[in-house]
Amino acid sequence: MTWQHVVDDIRTWARVNSPWVVHFNTGSCNGCDIEILAILTPRYDAERFGVKLEGSPRHADVLICTGPVTRQARDRLLRVYEQMPEPKFVIAVGSCAISGGVFQGCYNVIGHIDEVIPVDVYIPGCPPRPEAILDGVVKLLGHLKNPVLEETIQEAG
Amino acid sequence: MDTTVPQRFVVPIGPQHPALKEPGHFEFTVDGEQVTGASVRLGYAHRGIEKATEGRNWVQNLYLLERICGICSHVHATAYCLGVEKLAGVTPPPRAQAIRVLVAELERIHSHLLWLGVAAHEAGFDTLFMYSWRDRETVMDILEALTGNRVNYSANLLGGVKFDLTSELTDKIYKGLELLEERTYQYVDVVTSDATLLQRTRGVGVTTREQAEQLGLVGPTARASGVERDIRVEAPYAAYPDFPVKVVTATAGDLEARFVVRLQELFEAYRLIRAVLEKLPPGELQARMPRKIKPAETVSRVEAPRGELFYFIKSNGTDQPERIKVRTPTLCNLASVCVLAVGSQLADVPMILAGVDPCFSCNDRMVTVYSGDTDHTQWTWKQLRQYGIDYYRR
Ligand code: SF4
Repeated sequence: MTWQHVVDDIRTWARVNSPWVVHFNTGSCNGCDIEILAILTPRYDAERFGVKLEGSPRHADVLICTGPVTRQARDRLLRVYEQMPEPKFVIAVGSCAISGGVFQGCYNVIGHIDEVIPVDVYIPGCPPRPEAILDGVVKLLGHLKNPVLEETIQEAG
Repeated sequence: MDTTVPQRFVVPIGPQHPALKEPGHFEFTVDGEQVTGASVRLGYAHRGIEKATEGRNWVQNLYLLERICGICSHVHATAYCLGVEKLAGVTPPPRAQAIRVLVAELERIHSHLLWLGVAAHEAGFDTLFMYSWRDRETVMDILEALTGNRVNYSANLLGGVKFDLTSELTDKIYKGLELLEERTYQYVDVVTSDATLLQRTRGVGVTTREQAEQLGLVGPTARASGVERDIRVEAPYAAYPDFPVKVVTATAGDLEARFVVRLQELFEAYRLIRAVLEKLPPGELQARMPRKIKPAETVSRVEAPRGELFYFIKSNGTDQPERIKVRTPTLCNLASVCVLAVGSQLADVPMILAGVDPCFSCNDRMVTVYSGDTDHTQWTWKQLRQYGIDYYRR
């Protein structure tokens, strides 16, 4: 095992045990955002997976996006995404983030999240239950820990 | 550098903002720690819902308008339903009206507890945030048991409501209320006696009665300054004529008063819910609605958790509306932030902002024109339209 491997392993270990997330609302109705906040509170308690909500994109590993992308928010979304250090992961929460949801066809909505930035995890629902959001986060962490295994499972399943 | 000139900095906040869940952009000019100017730029969450309503039919719009705001989805749907029912000349059955009131008050509880948590978080009092959100789950459970969804409940239908109360549900609500009532007493105690929190709230962001009237504040923000303004009392809708509301006011107008007013409103909500459960009128849940509505126009006003919500609805004889205009309470209250922030400490600004309970997704359906320089001239409609066309052509 080379030196580089050891460093990488330590990095992955740290990342999986304590992912820092930043949350950006690109035009959602708030429903998804309050459910995201709810997963931090005692009943759901995302902190037991080491998840910490961060204010600054420069410190974050995971970007949680909600809502359809509005024309004004598009540039900001790109900027937030570019400010995050590599490797970075994106979770799209809610029907709006996945497909535009009820806001499809509104004149100021340019589309869904993955038309603007690449998305790793999609969590459907309007809004998804907090349990579903937690499940999405945990799936992402599992994938980080063991990418090859997860992929084969997905292909087989 | 010339040190005699006081140095001014512009502190931009947002739109991706650690404390607020929603995008809004503020610019505060500061002189040292003192805020000397404030401006706000909105519209990051502008989606164009009002326009979109014109291309959908009456029933589809119910679900679209409910998603203007996830926190107060029920009041949006109620305001819309009441307006459309008025246009169509349909009277929903009394049982449906009472259930609307029931859900509206449950929603008020959830919204005020949510605000309590967010405001406490803003003040750095995360323990209170965790406690209030834990207790909020009680009312979320009730809402879920009633309607099947935690956030956008879709309790309303045109002409009535979707679900009925069973005795199991009633028991569940009574039990939940008991717990919440006990907890609310404790919150009132905390926000009026905790020394650290009081330093952040007492005497901060004082809005006098005159200011409140001048700025046109609404909802709990206005009531904390002694303005008795509540649509549930002034123009009772749905079943509120049968279940009168006692308006809670305070006179201090500072942040502490806003905490107290909102918490006292919780007690009022508990009382109303119990009254509705006791005297729930029997009968049908939905009246028949016509598919098309003859040309007419109407306004409908309801009291959202944050203040007066206003709907203007115009029909044109088809199954689609001609125009729907929504004015949400945050828009009325947000102006006060820019006024109050001037002269206060920069550190107090987040609290002042949280004090009005802003909700940008409600707000951002309006268009703000920002001409780039400081000259805020008024634009004519034609200029504005041309600006829009040019902007998007690029
Ligand atoms: S998915 Fe639903 S709850 Fe989430 S932002 Fe969209 S409309 Fe709101």
